[in-house]
Amino acid sequence: MMTLQQQNISDNNFESCIKCTICTVYCPVTAVNPDYPGPKQAGPDGERYRLKRPYFYDEALKYCLNCKRCEVACPNDVKIGDIIQAARIKYADHRPSLRDTLLANTDFMGNIATRMAPIVNFSLGLKPVKYLMDKVLKIDDHRTFPKYADTRFETWYKHEAAEAQEAFDKHVSYFHGCYVNYNYPQLGKDLVKVMNALGYGVRLLDREKCCGVAKIANRCIDEATRDGENNLRAIREAVERGDEVLSTSSTCCFTIRDEYPHLLHLDNSDIRDHMMLATLFIYRLLDEGKARIAFRKDYKKKVAYHVPCHMEKLGWTFFSTSLLKMIPGVEFIPLISHCCGIAGTYGFKKEYYEYSQAIGEPLFKQILETGCDFVACDCETCKWQIEMSTHVPVLNPISVLAEAIDVDETRRLNQKPKV
Amino acid sequence: MKNQSPKEYDVIIIGGGATGAGTARDCAMRGLKTLLIERLDFTAGATGRNHGLLHSGARYAHTDPESAAECIKENMILRRIARHCVEETGGLFVTLPEDSLDYQDAFVHDCERAGIQADVLDPKEAIRLEPAVNPDIIGAVRVPDGAVDPFRLTTANVLSARMNGADIMTYQEVVGFEKDGDRICGVKLRSHRNGEETTVYGKVTVNAAGIWGHHLAELAGVTVNMYPAKGALLIFGHRVNNMVINRCRKPADADILVPGDTICVIGTTSTRIPYDQIDNMEVTPEEVDLLLREGIKLSPRLAQTRILRAYAGVRPLVAADNDPTGRSISRGIVCLDHATRDGVEGFITITGGKLMTYRLMAQEATDLVCKKLNVHRPCETAEVPLPGSEPDAADEKRRQHIIELSTEQKAAEGRHGSWSGRIEAKSDADEALVCECEQVSVAEVNYAIEELHVHNLINLRRRTRLGMGTCQGELCACRGAGLLERHDKCTQRSIDDLASFMNERWHGMFPVCWGETLVEVQFTSWLYQGVLGLDPDDIKSEA
Repeated sequence: MMTLQQQNISDNNFESCIKCTICTVYCPVTAVNPDYPGPKQAGPDGERYRLKRPYFYDEALKYCLNCKRCEVACPNDVKIGDIIQAARIKYADHRPSLRDTLLANTDFMGNIATRMAPIVNFSLGLKPVKYLMDKVLKIDDHRTFPKYADTRFETWYKHEAAEAQEAFDKHVSYFHGCYVNYNYPQLGKDLVKVMNALGYGVRLLDREKCCGVAKIANRCIDEATRDGENNLRAIREAVERGDEVLSTSSTCCFTIRDEYPHLLHLDNSDIRDHMMLATLFIYRLLDEGKARIAFRKDYKKKVAYHVPCHMEKLGWTFFSTSLLKMIPGVEFIPLISHCCGIAGTYGFKKEYYEYSQAIGEPLFKQILETGCDFVACDCETCKWQIEMSTHVPVLNPISVLAEAIDVDETRRLNQKPKV
Repeated sequence: MKNQSPKEYDVIIIGGGATGAGTARDCAMRGLKTLLIERLDFTAGATGRNHGLLHSGARYAHTDPESAAECIKENMILRRIARHCVEETGGLFVTLPEDSLDYQDAFVHDCERAGIQADVLDPKEAIRLEPAVNPDIIGAVRVPDGAVDPFRLTTANVLSARMNGADIMTYQEVVGFEKDGDRICGVKLRSHRNGEETTVYGKVTVNAAGIWGHHLAELAGVTVNMYPAKGALLIFGHRVNNMVINRCRKPADADILVPGDTICVIGTTSTRIPYDQIDNMEVTPEEVDLLLREGIKLSPRLAQTRILRAYAGVRPLVAADNDPTGRSISRGIVCLDHATRDGVEGFITITGGKLMTYRLMAQEATDLVCKKLNVHRPCETAEVPLPGSEPDAADEKRRQHIIELSTEQKAAEGRHGSWSGRIEAKSDADEALVCECEQVSVAEVNYAIEELHVHNLINLRRRTRLGMGTCQGELCACRGAGLLERHDKCTQRSIDDLASFMNERWHGMFPVCWGETLVEVQFTSWLYQGVLGLDPDDIKSEA
């Protein structure tokens, strides 16, 4: 029989903190912004005060990027980033502003913008528009907006790809996310190309919504929860028909796997193991001999890999980098893992722009020193930040594969009857 | 003390607990030349080792209606004069399924008789008000309990005494009395800091030394029989409850759970101990088990909440006069005039009572001092707010200020009340935190060192909460020692102080050293022994 003392182990996660402060050492914000108390103080330390009285909530918690590097660093598995985000959701008294609401509603904005893509892209690049957005909405005028696509990925898929996918006998489902849908359908097309070559048909989810990361960051929690419930339903349907659900965005993937249960209190335990990055799925296929891949002989590139924060948190960097290293023509340069500073919508906000760039500075310097042809990275917002700040192009590892792969040969290899 | 002129005080008060500090305040406010002497540090005795409960008196309503009536009266006075030391949490008396509801009926009746507001609540309503309470309760009564910070309360009384002209000495132990015939006319002191001996002179000496008053009386040649009762308590890592939770039954072990600042405290046990054990406050595994077992009945969440430390204090129970057997223990205030009782002039003992009635005790003692000195000035301590609790014009301005206060500024405001404005950050470095768990800044530490009689880390802890949080000094002790060294300019003394402080923290963690606390302790020892090279053999204890 256990004694009372043996049973007295705290089930309050924040009480596991032993104050070692390693989280604060790894926090990208603390290093550049003295107004931010750092993850230890903002998280487990502040939590004791907030439990005493909500009055002790410190507005400086808004500086948290939600990069979760603190959680990766923590030796005691304290969910520091979650504690901070949950406190912001619970205690911050200001309602999300118009700007925050606009930035958070990626689906809504994307829907409108893609319908008028040429006009929107043109106007967002105009100096007077940038000036107005800076002054009225407090969206920093240094920021380059990602271009909107004329044709959404979903539309392309329906017209150009859907039918062919059903001809495959094996399938995966694809959570494409807002960025692929509204801004960069090419990445989705690349995934379809690679998966088809490997012998898999790609299906879309039924009425996918934004993963919710921007809504969570901007505290639009009711909307995020509604979208999350919808996505879990759609993912469940896919899993029930036997598909794994792939994503090409480390952030979308991380949000659905971890933020849903931790911040939105949505139970995803039944589907969590089936939601994964495409690079992980492909690596496993190759590693287990379930598929084979052939590369073009003429592909020669110098590639630097940047680890996005949420990739660090997922712990899946190995899969993306291993795939890149398999390409014979790739000279692979690992970058020291460091936050790029944009953190989704954070870097767009005027009040954070300066910190955002200061956080990313060491990374930009590193990238420029490598003399790489391009940076590979699994996150779309890192892509915007790095491209804007270094003018070095950034490609998703799936797009790199799509370019380097010998499609016909790969297809042939995977059609051979397996032993 | 160097340059000690043969100054004669009107009154010398021995004991830096709430009662002694309160008496010094009252005496000084009535215009007496006052000296307050403390053997170690303020609140080092029973004052700093209790629940921190602002009793409504309900606890005593059944057994001791007189104390109950005193309590509720003082409760209301403290809310006025010591608002920065008091938190008006409200309290519940809950009936567990294993207890009888009959007691609740009698309890409510007794409360009403003592003038204590007691509202019977539907258990569901009580659970809504205090979600941490045991959901199986069958009865609940709301009473005006609260939390009081005894460290802050005592410091505020010391400050008030000082502002009214009193002299304050800490780390001065009384080793004997100077007599002029049958009259006590002075006190012989030995400094705990350098061993130097001095004598101070006073017309009246007040023994307010709590349980140590037994020994003081012996030194003065009189007998005051005290029966030490040890009470052990556990501190949990955060606030589980925001209202005081009492068990509605005859007072027994571990039946009060009090939220205090960032933590909550369950207690107490009650064990008679021999007088020679009063400086040896170990908490046993059996006491820890009992506190945890009974505490979980009040709030099941305690079972899975981290315990920070265990501590124990001594209740100074006094034998009613002329009863050498000690069978009839008085629980009320005992104010002895040794002139009429024992034929020793110029000596008064004030004891018994409780933290809640410290002001009333001080008033009774001061009344007697004034009578002896033929001074006629009324007591004003019930009306004049303590330093930090004054109505503050800047307070309202600060509240309306557009700039958001940081958590540490809010925390400092809670600790020093309206005097927190005196904490001045002269540079960015002053805004840095020394104690992160309890949000104590460099500026606050400097303020405490300069203004609040701080000589070492334990003093600093009692004035600011430095080292009282989750890490129990792991991060802040060395930083605090560094700041003290800047003032003290003696590195070796700071190192010794650091070692003794870490040992004192360990002493309280040891009885509850498992789970996260064990990991914390291990990490702390790596830091201090492994990285900083602190030698455990260096440790000298304060007491």
